[in-house]
Amino acid sequence: MRKTKKSRVGWYFLLIVIILYLIIGVIRIDVILPCLKFSLRIFKNVIPIFAIIFGLMVIVEYFVDPEKAKKYLGKSSGLKRWLIAIIGGIISTGAIYMWYPMLRELKKKGVSYGFIATFLYNRAIKPALIPMMIFYFGLKYVIILTIVMIIGSIIQGIIFEKMEGSDFL
Amino acid sequence: MDKRLKSALIKPARSMLNSLPILVGIILLIGLVNTLIPRSFYAYLFSRNVILDSIIGSGLGSIFAGNPITSYILGGELLKQGISLVVVTSFLVAWVTVGLVQLPAEALLLGRKFAIWRNILSFIFSIVVAIITVLIWKLL
Repeated sequence: MRKTKKSRVGWYFLLIVIILYLIIGVIRIDVILPCLKFSLRIFKNVIPIFAIIFGLMVIVEYFVDPEKAKKYLGKSSGLKRWLIAIIGGIISTGAIYMWYPMLRELKKKGVSYGFIATFLYNRAIKPALIPMMIFYFGLKYVIILTIVMIIGSIIQGIIFEKMEGSDFL
Repeated sequence: MDKRLKSALIKPARSMLNSLPILVGIILLIGLVNTLIPRSFYAYLFSRNVILDSIIGSGLGSIFAGNPITSYILGGELLKQGISLVVVTSFLVAWVTVGLVQLPAEALLLGRKFAIWRNILSFIFSIVVAIITVLIWKLL
């Protein structure tokens, strides 16, 4: 039931946009064709990239086992732990809130908030979506942003470890 | 077909199918906005200074939620409208790191203090990450 509701939100959104087009069409019919032409140009650009994204998503889904990942995350320590938080965050798929229960379990097992913060921050880096990002912003930009975000995620993790250490959290 | 492969094919297909109406809607909306809103509006919205513009960019990115692809399309179009790369980057980073929509769920499962502070820090980081990224990008 929840799933049905969630999947309908997108369709409602599309319906609102179509209604908006109809309203504007009634007021100013001359702008509708340029709007559609512009949108069509974007569609043509993004469709081939979608095929690549789908392929990459299938590869990640096929090779990453969430149960094994959970066991590994709970046992690791030291530098390895940060690396796992980074890689785990990057390769994790699905909506962010789907990972909250697993992270809660890990927290109960003694994993720090720093680890969780780093993991969550790295979820922003999506290998499957990199082709799309390169298409819009270029390879150099994507590489720099990815590296800066990984460094940022470690800094955020360290901040949370300090906060947790001083009983702030 | 191998059960695991079947699942690996179905999940991404379902995920993309769920995102499809939002993406189509966003692209249609971009077409509408691009045609109806004059470029001078963006110049008015983002013309103060890098920090203030980035705060606006991060603010917008924090409010919006959904597939990051949508943010790339929006960000790419904002860039074409002449918005600075720092602002667009802060928007992209906030979109994926700050989750106001998910905040209640995050607070419930991972702790209220943690969830609030993580989102505040991620908001600040989105601006810092954007400035550093663009600085390095310009230098290289």
